[in-house]
Amino acid sequence: MSLKGKAFKYGSHIDTDAIIPARHLNLVEPADLARHCMEDIDAGFVSRVKNGDIIVADINFGCGSSREHAPVAIKASGISCVIAKSFARIFFRNAINIGLPLLECKEAAEDIKAGDTVEVDLASGSITNLSSGKTFTSKAYPEFMMQIVQAGGLVEHTKKKLSGAK
Amino acid sequence: MTLAEKILAAHSGKASVSAGDFLSVRTDLVLSNDITAPIAIREFERLGVARVFDPKKIVMVPDHFCPNKDIQSAEQAKMMRDFARKHKLVYFEVGEMGIEHVILPEKGLVLPGEVVVGADSHTCTYGALGAFATGMGSTDIAIAMATGEIWMKVPPTIKFVFHGKPGKWVGGKDLILYLIGDIGVDGALYSALEFHGEAVAKLGMDGRFTMSNMAIESGGKAGLFQVDDKTRSYLKGRTSRKYTEYRPDRDAAYARVIEYDTSKIEPQVAFPHLPSNTKPISQAGAIAIDQVVIGSCTNGRMDDLRIAASILKGRKVDPNLRLIILPGSQQVYLDALKEGLIETFIRAGAAVSTPTCGPCLGGYMGILAAGERCVSTTNRNFVGRMGHVKSEVYLANPAVAAASAIAGRIAGPEEIK
Repeated sequence: MSLKGKAFKYGSHIDTDAIIPARHLNLVEPADLARHCMEDIDAGFVSRVKNGDIIVADINFGCGSSREHAPVAIKASGISCVIAKSFARIFFRNAINIGLPLLECKEAAEDIKAGDTVEVDLASGSITNLSSGKTFTSKAYPEFMMQIVQAGGLVEHTKKKLSGAK
Repeated sequence: MTLAEKILAAHSGKASVSAGDFLSVRTDLVLSNDITAPIAIREFERLGVARVFDPKKIVMVPDHFCPNKDIQSAEQAKMMRDFARKHKLVYFEVGEMGIEHVILPEKGLVLPGEVVVGADSHTCTYGALGAFATGMGSTDIAIAMATGEIWMKVPPTIKFVFHGKPGKWVGGKDLILYLIGDIGVDGALYSALEFHGEAVAKLGMDGRFTMSNMAIESGGKAGLFQVDDKTRSYLKGRTSRKYTEYRPDRDAAYARVIEYDTSKIEPQVAFPHLPSNTKPISQAGAIAIDQVVIGSCTNGRMDDLRIAASILKGRKVDPNLRLIILPGSQQVYLDALKEGLIETFIRAGAAVSTPTCGPCLGGYMGILAAGERCVSTTNRNFVGRMGHVKSEVYLANPAVAAASAIAGRIAGPEEIK
């Protein structure tokens, strides 16, 4: 699957309070959460983001609380994937579980600038910055996690397992 | 094997595991709260499973925005309450509740050697009891509620040894803030922390809960203590269930060993906007503040309130400042009332609230306006964490928080005459 969009660039330790402030955790619907995505650190994000766009960040993206609302808000905002030098642990699980692709790649995170057009091939993990002309390869998912990704998330993966066990 | 590896091996039917292994782990307790349960319930229902794996092992606690702060929160709390009743889960209504990480140990629901997963990042608090406890998202919790199992990657373990004797006003909060200041907010990313040394052996259970609680603030998956007499005496009378005390092997493989001289650690203050942005109190400077919060899953237990009361007794809060104290549970509230602490707080000019996570995450009960500063015993000081994006949170222990409330600026307890 190929993804293509413009890059939104952020720094290190982007926490889940920045991705979706806790005052909005009384919302459940993905579209409602998306309306407040990144609002405390980038007030223009919601109005500028287009379907397919990509978030690019430095280290420890998604640190802080366990709120699944964070990857849900990002996904519902239209963002197709997140590229970072590293991800916080719970955010990583949550994103994989709900089907928001994450790509860990130091070189790509350094090369890509805000507004660059980026193309990602999820199957191979290759990231191409069409603006700089450079191509990078992200860290491969462990086999176990790839099964969850391929099933379309943890619920689908578990459904399959449960029906197989019957 | 390390402590974490031993517990995970025992819960996955393996003789031995090591860092990096993927396991299907049996869970002893599955937790969620009023903001994470609604999503977990949706995902659970999408699974098409009729029943939870074991209603006695699933706990739901209304604590983040409860007692309900607004209509939307009320709807979420109701969704959780209805589900908990339908499936006969362990559920604590507001009159007997408290902050999840305060009441679960208090009610004897977590024991040494157990595996606890919770849809709340501070689930790691129970490491203080020698349990492997870790935070996850709502979908993971939905799967655990349905199957009683969860996938995990065995984390590498970092061993922290706190040598020496802590100073008078130095508690668990200062040791963990110092550690986070040293290794950074991703210094223990994906790792388990194991706490050792005579300084942590001297800490009471409440101080240990504080340390394990903030393991997540260093990126950690869990923060574990070994069981000792203090753990055993804490558990006495709280449970009749049997438990296993695991010990790390002498030749356990640690990713790193980090040692500190505790006698050199002062009370710490984490400046905005990261818990790793720490300074010793002597270098904090005179920073005027508008609010002080004492409470939360980090510092809302009896020892915390006793320390705060010892400083507030017979004194008055600075008139230009709001002091808000939130006992961590109804039991803590009642014990504090019996000991006279609540009277001390009210006479000093504090507002005392029913237990809730409330202000810690900018929910309610003490939201900050633009430009306001707060000294808080909570766990995070991210941008906008307690209110307006232009407000600031300074993290500290209950002694520093109480002293600051009297001084009207960030101050150490030694400065209060």
